[in-house]
Amino acid sequence: MKQTHLITAAALLALSPLVQAVDKHEPAFSRVIVDEFEARDADEGTVAAWEAAAWYGGDLNKLYLSTEGERLMDNGGETEGFETRVAWNRAFAPFWDWQLGARRDWQPDDPNRDWASFGVQGLAPYLFESEATLFVGEEGLTNLRLEAEYEILFTQKLILVPAVEANFYGKEDEELGIGEGLTDIEAGLRLRYEIRREFAPYIGVNWERRFGDTAAKTRGAGDDVSETTLVAGVRLWF
Amino acid sequence: MTTSPLMGRRRFVQGLALGTGALGIGGLGMSPAKLLASQGQTGAATLSGNTFNLAIGGADVNLTGTTRPATLVNGSLPAPTLRWREGDTVTLNVTNYLPETSSIHWHGLLLPFQMDGVPGLSFDGIAPGETFTYRFPIKQNGTYWYHSHSRFQEQSGVYGAIVIDPAEADPEPVDRDYVMVLSDWSDEKPEQIYATLKKLSHYYNFNERTIFDTLRDFREKGVVQTLKDRHMWNTMRMSQSDLADVTGYTYTYLLNGRSPNANWTGLFKPGERVKLRFVNASAMTFFDIRIPGLDMTVVAMDGQPVKPVRFHECRLGVAETIDVIVTPEKKQAFTVFAQSIDRSGFARGTLTPDPAMSAAVPEMDPPPLLGHTEMGMGGMAGMNHGDMEGMNHGAMDHGKMDHGAMKGMQHDDMGHGGMKHAGMQHKGMQHDGDHKVPFAFVADNPDLAPRTSAVQHLDSEYGPGVDMRAMAPAAMLDDPGIGLRERDWKVLTYADMETAGGPPDSLTPDREIVLHLTGNMSRYMWSFNGIKFADSVPLELYHGERARITLVNDTMMTHPIHLHGLWSDLELGGGRLLRKHTITVKPGEKLSYLVRADATGRWAYHCHLLYHMEAGMFREVRVVDNATTKEARS
Repeated sequence: MKQTHLITAAALLALSPLVQAVDKHEPAFSRVIVDEFEARDADEGTVAAWEAAAWYGGDLNKLYLSTEGERLMDNGGETEGFETRVAWNRAFAPFWDWQLGARRDWQPDDPNRDWASFGVQGLAPYLFESEATLFVGEEGLTNLRLEAEYEILFTQKLILVPAVEANFYGKEDEELGIGEGLTDIEAGLRLRYEIRREFAPYIGVNWERRFGDTAAKTRGAGDDVSETTLVAGVRLWF
Repeated sequence: MTTSPLMGRRRFVQGLALGTGALGIGGLGMSPAKLLASQGQTGAATLSGNTFNLAIGGADVNLTGTTRPATLVNGSLPAPTLRWREGDTVTLNVTNYLPETSSIHWHGLLLPFQMDGVPGLSFDGIAPGETFTYRFPIKQNGTYWYHSHSRFQEQSGVYGAIVIDPAEADPEPVDRDYVMVLSDWSDEKPEQIYATLKKLSHYYNFNERTIFDTLRDFREKGVVQTLKDRHMWNTMRMSQSDLADVTGYTYTYLLNGRSPNANWTGLFKPGERVKLRFVNASAMTFFDIRIPGLDMTVVAMDGQPVKPVRFHECRLGVAETIDVIVTPEKKQAFTVFAQSIDRSGFARGTLTPDPAMSAAVPEMDPPPLLGHTEMGMGGMAGMNHGDMEGMNHGAMDHGKMDHGAMKGMQHDDMGHGGMKHAGMQHKGMQHDGDHKVPFAFVADNPDLAPRTSAVQHLDSEYGPGVDMRAMAPAAMLDDPGIGLRERDWKVLTYADMETAGGPPDSLTPDREIVLHLTGNMSRYMWSFNGIKFADSVPLELYHGERARITLVNDTMMTHPIHLHGLWSDLELGGGRLLRKHTITVKPGEKLSYLVRADATGRWAYHCHLLYHMEAGMFREVRVVDNATTKEARS
């Protein structure tokens, strides 16, 4: 833990122009948020899925780490694939940050993919949490990812969260069976109850669908292009 | 009468029970009643004389049913009341038993800046195990207070009252005299509260609007009107219920160190004149104070005598003090009721002729919602903000408005077409138009960049740290403030008061310094002019000059702004001044006060909301020798 802090602190020192004289120095804070940690009732069995992030830093400059992925829990268990990201997050407008970083896709059955990332995230008018990231990979691969999330309060503690994510590829990734253009959309609807702000179990439904050439390739491989699952999980942060 | 049940949202709270701490002082296991007996009426001892030994140390307290660590002075919460006499020189030996640097600031006192107790400005602070001796002459009288100026020690208990008796006999003698210290206690560590606000700024707000509120508004106001009303908030990405950053969710509100259940009690005999010296010693909480069945008469504010005004309710800002006189005629008990501005909790005590009697505790009001006034859309105080139909924007004098500054407000998106603002009084702007005082300009100080008007937003306000700018800030001294506008009883405002004996100093300033109060709620950043303390340079006042400080509140929160070491003479108009040490600025408000820079040195100037100060709503003010400065600048 200490080592991590040293590394991140060193990274921020290098990045931040805001390091101040002793009595005016800006304290750093950190937050770990597991936005989704859930079981999905999929056709092939129970799938564990997660989406988590951590940041460390001050008001304007933060180091971001994040990960998301899925793992099949039945039949001995098998990680289907996950990604990890690291980014320098810099506030540039009242409600917006840009992010500069890298992403690695870990795929047990396929080659890993590494990407550089350029993103913008923030709070759009009407309080939509939004994120747009362009990933530039090896051999001219590009992936544009758009995400949006909204919170509807039934009570102060019972909160419905619709979320949507769409991916576009600039050119096909033959090896991974991903086509050009819109590749997939994932939409979720999760109802959480905040026992405390930091701890909220939830239930919901998750829908994924592949499109275009990607869908064709998926069909060709004999797989479904669309999947709807019931989910149950917990959201927590500290 | 019996006590009505306390509202259900509050957790059950127990009485004050001080535990043994590093100091070995306190009364673990003592009943609240016994503590009341041993500690006097304030929950804290009164120390008088001219030499004092104060020990700051850790101790355990139990205010909520859970024993938690606190930082206390001489083991008591609040700290002992210090009773001084005007004209004396006091010596205070303050020993720090905490494992971290500490300090005591004498709030509102005129003294040499080295005695002011702000680490980094006045002195280095008091290191663990060390004693610092403060010594200064007392040049004033009235009700003041003292608190730590180190980190968050004030939140965890280092605060107490100061009562300075006048050198000559009090012209308005009273039969009884009570110190009423209001404060906010949390079982959470203050560092944790601050970190939480940085992670999720609305963490403590459990009054957000729900979908059922929207459906109710659809029914009551109609779908179109509701969507119009919400449109502005949604595009601005602001919460209409953001009245307090830290709320009753974590706070237990105290009167003289006692929770509402522990019920601080003061005795009187019917017909007696009773002075109540209210001190808002809380870290983050504005209190709306009233005593159902009794009117109060204000006789002093921030220690300074004012022309008496009779009223029924007042909002006391953090760090302000108010002396009132009540004269209960009947043999009955009265509840002193102080609800927080966001109505998430209250402090409460009892004035009674008989310790066995108590009075009903009023219900808290429903939490108010921020409106167009708070958005800085113009002086609409007193209007019904739920209904914008009666206002006419078309008649607004846009010629005088700073259109350049409006880009951040997404004016086009705000649906002004449906509003009418006929007859709006832009008092602040008129004032702005006819003042002849030059704006302070200092080339290397971004706070003092060239400006053409006080309402103009400097370039430094356009950045990630500022989430809104008031479009038409207005004079609002006679506005009781959000949640108090619809009262059918008299609510005291600054405009009602005036320093007794007329203006205590000149009405004519030499220069005008304009500071906009700025912030970004969701990032929990707070600043002046969009510049955090960490990025600021000291504001310089020239020794002897009369400066006007104009504050424009560009946020949707109320900020109590405190200048150390120098009086802040609030300009009420009509040649009237109100002498204060801490001035509350409402959302969307523009006000000015005059400062005589009669004490050289390095002074702190900041928002007295503890976590706002920590986040950067802070400046160093240097009072420097006039001649050398002018040479250096020319």
